[in-house]
Amino acid sequence: MATDLGKTNANLDFSRRALLRASLTFGGGLALHAILPNVAGAANDGAATEGSALTAFVRIAPDGVVTILSKNPEIGQGIRTMLPMIIAEELDVAWKDVRIEQAPLNEGVFGRQHAGGSNSTPENYMPLRRVGAAGRRMLIAAAAQEWSVAADECDTDAGVVQHRKSGRSLSYGALAAKAAQQEVPDLASVKLKDPKTFKIIGKRIPGVENAKIVTGQPIFGIDVTVPGMLHAVFEKCPVFGGKVSSANIDAIKALPGVHDAFIIHATEANPSKDPEGIVDGVVIVAKSWWTANKAREKLAIVWDEGPSSTHSSEGYAAQAEKMLSGAPSTLLRNDGDPDTALKGAAKIVEASYSYPFLSHLVLEPQNCTAHFSNGKIDLWAPAQNPGPGQKLVAKTLGLEEKDVIVHVTRGGGGFGRRLQSDFMAEAAWISRKIGAPVKLLWNRRDDMQHDFYRPAGFHKFKAGLDDKGALVAFTDHFITFGKGGKPANSSATMPATEFPAQLVPHLRFGQSVIESSVPTGPMRAPRSNALGFVFQSFMDELAHAAVRDPLEFSLALLGEARSLPTDPAKPDPQRDFNTGRMRNVLLHVAEISAWKDRGQLPRGTGKGVAFYFSHLGYFAEVVQATVSDTGAIKIDHVWVVGDIGSQIINPAGAEHQAQGAALDGLGAALGQAVTIEKGRVTQANFDSVLPLRIDQAPRVDVEFITSNFPPTGLGEPALPPVAPALCNAIFAATGKRIRQLPIDTRLLKA
Amino acid sequence: MVYIIEVNGSKRTVDVDPDMPLLWVLRDELDLKGSKFGCGGGFCGACTVHVDGQPTRSCQVPISTIGSAPIATIEGIAANPIGAKLQAAWMELDVPQCGYCQAGQIMSATGLLTSKPRPTDQDIDAAMSGNVCRCCSYTRIRAGIKHVAEGK
Ligand code: FES
Ligand code: FES
Repeated sequence: MATDLGKTNANLDFSRRALLRASLTFGGGLALHAILPNVAGAANDGAATEGSALTAFVRIAPDGVVTILSKNPEIGQGIRTMLPMIIAEELDVAWKDVRIEQAPLNEGVFGRQHAGGSNSTPENYMPLRRVGAAGRRMLIAAAAQEWSVAADECDTDAGVVQHRKSGRSLSYGALAAKAAQQEVPDLASVKLKDPKTFKIIGKRIPGVENAKIVTGQPIFGIDVTVPGMLHAVFEKCPVFGGKVSSANIDAIKALPGVHDAFIIHATEANPSKDPEGIVDGVVIVAKSWWTANKAREKLAIVWDEGPSSTHSSEGYAAQAEKMLSGAPSTLLRNDGDPDTALKGAAKIVEASYSYPFLSHLVLEPQNCTAHFSNGKIDLWAPAQNPGPGQKLVAKTLGLEEKDVIVHVTRGGGGFGRRLQSDFMAEAAWISRKIGAPVKLLWNRRDDMQHDFYRPAGFHKFKAGLDDKGALVAFTDHFITFGKGGKPANSSATMPATEFPAQLVPHLRFGQSVIESSVPTGPMRAPRSNALGFVFQSFMDELAHAAVRDPLEFSLALLGEARSLPTDPAKPDPQRDFNTGRMRNVLLHVAEISAWKDRGQLPRGTGKGVAFYFSHLGYFAEVVQATVSDTGAIKIDHVWVVGDIGSQIINPAGAEHQAQGAALDGLGAALGQAVTIEKGRVTQANFDSVLPLRIDQAPRVDVEFITSNFPPTGLGEPALPPVAPALCNAIFAATGKRIRQLPIDTRLLKA
Repeated sequence: MVYIIEVNGSKRTVDVDPDMPLLWVLRDELDLKGSKFGCGGGFCGACTVHVDGQPTRSCQVPISTIGSAPIATIEGIAANPIGAKLQAAWMELDVPQCGYCQAGQIMSATGLLTSKPRPTDQDIDAAMSGNVCRCCSYTRIRAGIKHVAEGK
């Protein structure tokens, strides 16, 4: 609890756009209040929050216990452990003395509080170091004052300030109250530690909630209980965009244990047709979730299925084939003269690739607990993007944002699904309607059939090699999904800079769009998760066509180390694609996987390599796989090498993310597709969409190369190379090329 | 219907429909939220508990079939020496990622090590392949089981 007793020396630093303020806590400790920059450095309005009851970011109690808020949602990416490590390091406290609390949602104070785009590290690494360092300076200043010595004669270690000359020392706890009276250092110029002296950053720190997890404590969204809470299910139209005509509401209400049932019409609950907003359906509220869910068996709804009911995956594929036989409707990039260059090429290679819609398959189904009372609403949700969730609820209920209080819980997986907040809007609407707290929980069918799917896609490549086997011309016609001729969202797009753009003199990317109302959205490594597969598989085809080692072919194409600007008018060497960093990870993965010895592998076993740059991370991966005569695939081993900058903050978490991403990509390649028939998803559970299981999970070796670039995120970039590396390994093992995901093992029979 | 069941060594009384699965009795009637709902179809193992010492998918077992069989859940598994060792190994090896599947993993692993104290990789595959981990912490789940089997 912070009071305003202390010195409120606000320190607005426009260059870093962060603000720090110190105060004394009720218990006589030090509280540091930070206001962090919002999205990509856009300044928060410090003045608006100054003077309001700020939540202390860091508290040091007189007993030496340090409490640090973890600002971003935890969905298994380890952020709740990693962000506090950064502050603790610069503050110079012992990790055992650190307690972590989840920060409330307040993006005006904490900056962006999302779990997406592998952004948490690049957005927070420097600001949080500065907050910790400023706190340390204040504790040193307090000690120096106490001892009447110069501050630069003092140093710190594990929560203690020392004056070596006189052999005196004082704990942070003892100094906390005095530190609160010190001038707050300038965040922009506060001295940071030399990374060589780091004691916490760079150490393997286990997850801070592991003890709660292994003992079954109620820490997930689904575990939330509010006194007087009822339970709800929401049956939505299986056909996207369908509407409720009528339903046997009275019969449902009469079932034992059912508290209420009603229809929600999107025209009323989502008049602006927000893609994340409420869709038509029927709500059943009961005293237990089981009772509510069971009542669905008796539910009889007449749907107006609307125009999408004729859509199907097969129909989409037929449309794509037709589109691919013509010219693209939009030109994404055109360099040189690809048509003439193709005519003059010594060898032409053509291939068509495709990949399906995918569901996120978070293990904890979507859920949200909501309590509307007196014009305000509290929501407890495993949200990945609580800020926009708050806005959506405010819009749905016609409330002011300040009256929507979001409590972020731990999430049982995210993978991008919980960046959309549809489940929060639904729970909010239901709670207000029934006038009671309610927990809305989706069942697995709801979760699989009402996702924001990874968009499916199709590509037709044509490339030309010269007589030395060098790539001289390259074209791609990309078919995606959307409306009005435009891709549905950024996840359904392809960047004009997609590799090998800028490395081939004559290159054209074109795009056409299939009209569809299948909801789509970001999934772990959005667009890269699909583009990595098609481009890196086709590169392997080109290398084989050129009779060259795929590794050597890629290295030659990457050429010398340089930065290829995303926007030539605004080169940014820290964010642009750096061919040298990619060469380094490729060379290293070749070394640790014994790439050059792959000729000695037994019959039916092969190695494949692939690489990808996404979310500022550079990854190269090798997969070794064995294919039996029946076509069964056994993945023997995966090697992952990444470059995510100068510092791996938590090597344990980093290894887990890289292993998890690689295995996730393999699982999707082996057994996952969402197919549409009659406008609806046909799969409903893990018997038809297959998550990777332990008996399929190979050993994954992970190594990082550190480079002289700012540390970047890791939730995503290890995923894109793994599927093409697997398919390239299958080609090496069998001579058969996989051009469609998920892999159809029938095609691999000897 | 009123049922008296034995959960983690205590007798508990519940008044529920006979077809209510044990999972929902535990979670919503007895407020034992450690056992998780993942699929409701027996495909993911997040709801695994022990019924009479056997790892069981609690989403698939109606309360009416339990009778006097003792039930153990993640909240009570520390009373089982193997369960306690697995919990410690999970912490030491930092097995969890999101953690949602891990109660089920530990319950299945306890069952495995009870019947096979020195499991082979194939034994681990057979006993654990019903437990999905969407974060793919499988490398460490395997290591955690071996850690306990090898008495580390
Ligand atoms: S919830 Fe019981 S097996 Fe998935
Ligand atoms: S740790 Fe996330 S599902 Fe296993």
